[in-house]
Amino acid sequence: MTVPQAFLPNHHPSDALLVAYGAGSLAEGLSLAVAVHLAHCPDCRAALAEVEALGGALLEELPPAPLETLSLSATLARLDLEEAPANPCKAGRAGALWGSRRPSRPGPRDGTALPAPLRPYVPRATELDRLAWQRLAPGVRRVELMPRSAAGGAAQLLRIAPGTALPHHGHGGLELTVVLSGHFADELGRYGPGDLAEADGDTDHQPIADSHRDCICLIATDAPLRFTGLMGRLMQPFIGL
Amino acid sequence: MIAPLASLLSHATGPDQTRTGPARPFAAQPSPARSPDDALAARLSDDLVAVASGDRAAFARLFGHFAPRVKAYMLKLGMPAQRAEDLAQDTMLSVWRKASLYDPAKAEAATWVFTIARNLRIDALRRERHPEVSDDELLEHEDDRPRADELLDGDRRARRLRGALAELTPEQAEVVQLSFFADLAHPAIAERLDVPLGTVKSRLRLAMVKIRKALGDDDR
Ligand SMILES: [Zn+2]
Repeated sequence: MTVPQAFLPNHHPSDALLVAYGAGSLAEGLSLAVAVHLAHCPDCRAALAEVEALGGALLEELPPAPLETLSLSATLARLDLEEAPANPCKAGRAGALWGSRRPSRPGPRDGTALPAPLRPYVPRATELDRLAWQRLAPGVRRVELMPRSAAGGAAQLLRIAPGTALPHHGHGGLELTVVLSGHFADELGRYGPGDLAEADGDTDHQPIADSHRDCICLIATDAPLRFTGLMGRLMQPFIGL
Repeated sequence: MIAPLASLLSHATGPDQTRTGPARPFAAQPSPARSPDDALAARLSDDLVAVASGDRAAFARLFGHFAPRVKAYMLKLGMPAQRAEDLAQDTMLSVWRKASLYDPAKAEAATWVFTIARNLRIDALRRERHPEVSDDELLEHEDDRPRADELLDGDRRARRLRGALAELTPEQAEVVQLSFFADLAHPAIAERLDVPLGTVKSRLRLAMVKIRKALGDDDR
């Protein structure tokens, strides 16, 4: 009951997706899906560190832009309005600074705990079971995480009963699915907790929840999906993906 | 604050002045291969650590180095000049506030400042957040493998990164630049360059292979 994560994810974001996340060019919902995977995956966190190092190197290489004349003094004046940085380890040993991190908020470690990046989007909830799941279709319930943006992106949690197949669909843009609990399978593979599936305009798939328990996953898109079956067309207004 | 402020300002007239004060551990035996430029990364990193304990002179030096670059970053992403100036100042203020979270063993100063600027830019440009996961929130497993950036010290990392950047093909460098400085999704980059989406993605992958190799973690 306390070892939800005896394994590491098998399905990872592509390099291109990690670059987009690290560069900050992904829509918020898509970034959230990547962040949830990162919470499960030390390998991808190391890979992200490399992307961000690339960002730092690019920043270093930019020709400096002239600042306003009083830029530094204006900033120092603002800084005067604040206290010196709250710093619990005044001794200042470099390596110890990270130790000043705030205590983590572990939450119940029973496989239904919310990954940290999700918490700001579902205030007050700490467990997936306690979310306000709305029935969407037979075997499918949903929690909307953020409303669809002007650009057409959206993010939501889906809770899919065992054996339920989502409508066959293609993608207008990028769709990221990251599994929080349970499993699902599609034509491209089988996905468990932490696994991230990346589908774009070239992908046409039909995910099926294939284990004995509900599959809970986060689905983020940056453009509306194109449902292909009749069921899909009927469901699209309700799913809002 | 008048007197100390004035002295800070005089300190900061040149962005990368040599410093007096306690020598760094590395300084005792300088590597013969190290150019003055290579020592920059370590100096910035030391300054960032010093800022965590309230060192304003160190902050002024960091400001002199990073604020004009962050402003250039914001301008490149299409911000009007005044907004870019404000965001550069906001970024440096955030550097001051969050300095105690900086770990020199994990990232170079430039990397860390970049992530702060990036997040402020996303907030300003799109009114969106950039969801992230901090180290204390990593689920369950400890990473037992050495991290790539623990294998090399900051100076060598910086030098190797610059080398890797110089070795990107023009096509790879182009998609990297557009990814970091244009706020474009990959399909939009593909459209702009008039190449298939798959080409954009494979160029980015090949670019990252070079970066990863340069940082000594090419086994992924
Ligand atoms: Zn991964």
